[in-house]
Amino acid sequence: MLLKIQDHDAYCYTGGKPFDPALPTVVFIHGAQNDHSVWILQTRYFAHHGFGVLAVDLPGHGRSKGTALTTIKAMSDWLLALLDAAGVQQATLIGHSMGSLIALETCAKAPGRVVRLALVGTAYPMEVSDALLDAAKNEEQKAIDMVNIWSHTSIAHKPSCPGPGFYVMGGSQRLMQRISRQNPEKVFYTDFSACKAYANGETAAKAATCPVLFVLGKRDMMTPPKSSATLIKAIAHGKVVQIEHCGHALMAEQPDAVLNALFTFSRQ
Amino acid sequence: MGSPKYPGFDTLSLHAGAAPDPATGARATPIYLTTSFVFKDSDHAASLFNMECAGHVYSRISNPTNAVLEERIAALEGGVAGIAVASGQAAMHLGLVTIAGAGSHVVASRALYGGSQNLLAYTMKRFGIDTTFVDPRDLDAWRNAIRPNTKVLFGETLGNPGLDVLNIPQVAAIAHERHLPLMVDATFTTPYLLRPFEHGADLIFHSATKFLCGHGTAIGGLLVDGGTFDWQQAYEKTGHFAELCEPYDGFHGMVFAEESSVAPFSLRARREGLRDFGAVMSPHNAFAILQGIETLGLRMDRHVANTRKIVEFLTAHSAVESVSYPELTSHPDHALAKTLLPKGCGAVFSFEIRGGRAAGCRLVESLNIFSHLANVGDAKSLVIHPASTTHFRVPTEQLAASGITEGTIRLSIGLEDVDDLIEDLARALKAAKKGA
Repeated sequence: MLLKIQDHDAYCYTGGKPFDPALPTVVFIHGAQNDHSVWILQTRYFAHHGFGVLAVDLPGHGRSKGTALTTIKAMSDWLLALLDAAGVQQATLIGHSMGSLIALETCAKAPGRVVRLALVGTAYPMEVSDALLDAAKNEEQKAIDMVNIWSHTSIAHKPSCPGPGFYVMGGSQRLMQRISRQNPEKVFYTDFSACKAYANGETAAKAATCPVLFVLGKRDMMTPPKSSATLIKAIAHGKVVQIEHCGHALMAEQPDAVLNALFTFSRQ
Repeated sequence: MGSPKYPGFDTLSLHAGAAPDPATGARATPIYLTTSFVFKDSDHAASLFNMECAGHVYSRISNPTNAVLEERIAALEGGVAGIAVASGQAAMHLGLVTIAGAGSHVVASRALYGGSQNLLAYTMKRFGIDTTFVDPRDLDAWRNAIRPNTKVLFGETLGNPGLDVLNIPQVAAIAHERHLPLMVDATFTTPYLLRPFEHGADLIFHSATKFLCGHGTAIGGLLVDGGTFDWQQAYEKTGHFAELCEPYDGFHGMVFAEESSVAPFSLRARREGLRDFGAVMSPHNAFAILQGIETLGLRMDRHVANTRKIVEFLTAHSAVESVSYPELTSHPDHALAKTLLPKGCGAVFSFEIRGGRAAGCRLVESLNIFSHLANVGDAKSLVIHPASTTHFRVPTEQLAASGITEGTIRLSIGLEDVDDLIEDLARALKAAKKGA
């Protein structure tokens, strides 16, 4: 589905069904150098089980036009504009990595519009090492390889994602390369810089009153579970689910466990 | 965190796609010889059918043993997905018909395996898919053969029978200029000697029957998606590939390019191609091919080392008119081979025996270790004399057009002690010469 946001086409995958704003809406927000397709299994399930799904491509990513936004705040403003354009008053927000910060900031900015908040593979502060940031700026392929290797715990995912026969690390690498090809303006560096610079996380977390779920990979090297301690502490009512045999690419490495956690949470 | 690195080729050959069996702890990949898989409940069943969760339903579509093989070949090739099918021919067919239909056109190298040539020249034509064959070394011919309805360019990494080295970077560039993918048959090279995606190819297929299996025990094919080709962009520019970029009535209106940004081809090839054409690989064969792949690197080094020594021997032999192997400076693709195939040009090659058809027949009949049969890529050394077998009915002038003469002998060099192979050849060449 294409919407016009801030004068640019914005793409949302709707889970294989036309979007129906009359249904409870769930918005899926991808992380750095990714697009909607990282949520493919979870979004299809939600869309066919009673929810309206908007899995966004952030500006400069995937099929959405425009340049990548440079701050989490700007991404949050964009997301609220997208909800307006889609005719959605309230939604559950589910964000992965950078997307989790966007979801958190959106919740702080417009608490009345967020009914639930799920933070997948999150951290605050979301540190990005100088080596990775430098690679993203000067040797993007090296940054892609670093993130790809650090995000996966295995070279044998069963039953794989999006299905048998797909090599998860190969798909992840190609997706990041595709984002680079589509938008040569250093999207990875822009995304990482936005994550690193985001300074409102603890304040936003303390303000969150809606139900909150943390979904964390036990073997996540990009955002290790301990790096979400500040947020978990700030949201006393938040629920934490840690997933076994899982790194930062949670939705691909353990699609069923992630779906189970998110769907159970969203139906409460 | 230091600079991380991906697992190496041999590690992937042993581990990619395979984990100890969760049900039994079996370390080797079990042969899941079952047609179907029990659903947990009705919702699980519906979710599997609707691609809302991953898993196996029916072994024509996917099977756990096959999936290990598929993911392993994808990892070894540096691709995003693999599909195991009944034969190399089935892999080629699946690759073509996923993106081409009646009214489509293919540009193909004319230096192809006979089965591939037949499929394109006769059988696909019967279904409305036309092919223009071009000299693989003539880049202008590739470019000029492209028509508005062309859907794919296709060649072999090492062509038949002269081992023409496909200039993958250049042919891929020609394809990509016109928003078309390049598909290659990489059977002779395997990912150990050449990884075509790194040079610009978009789709690869293998006759896994050959070096991947390596032991002459199983027929199988593998189709691999590089995830490199931007089907959506091509669709927006040319209108091609609506099969991937528009709703597909055959699968609940699914738009494959929306489902997967990088692998819509694989989604459609499996969800339509395996479902409807049904050329599935037996899990038993998948197991046999997996056993072969575990030692692929070790075997290919030995295949190539033996081949180099035999090429050297034959080149110096008085009964041999010529030897065609790209590592020889006399081969027209010698320079390209040095760039694309630094680890070796494989273990299948042809040579020309003096004395024509009769000498060729005598040579083949005099060999003891080499087996006279129609296959390549076995651990055992193989030989065939095309003029008296595969091309028996072909007139001499047509043989010449295919790069074959009456004295052409094709060898597939195996893993035996090379001194024994050379002795076998020396004795047989002597016998062939005596009979002249």
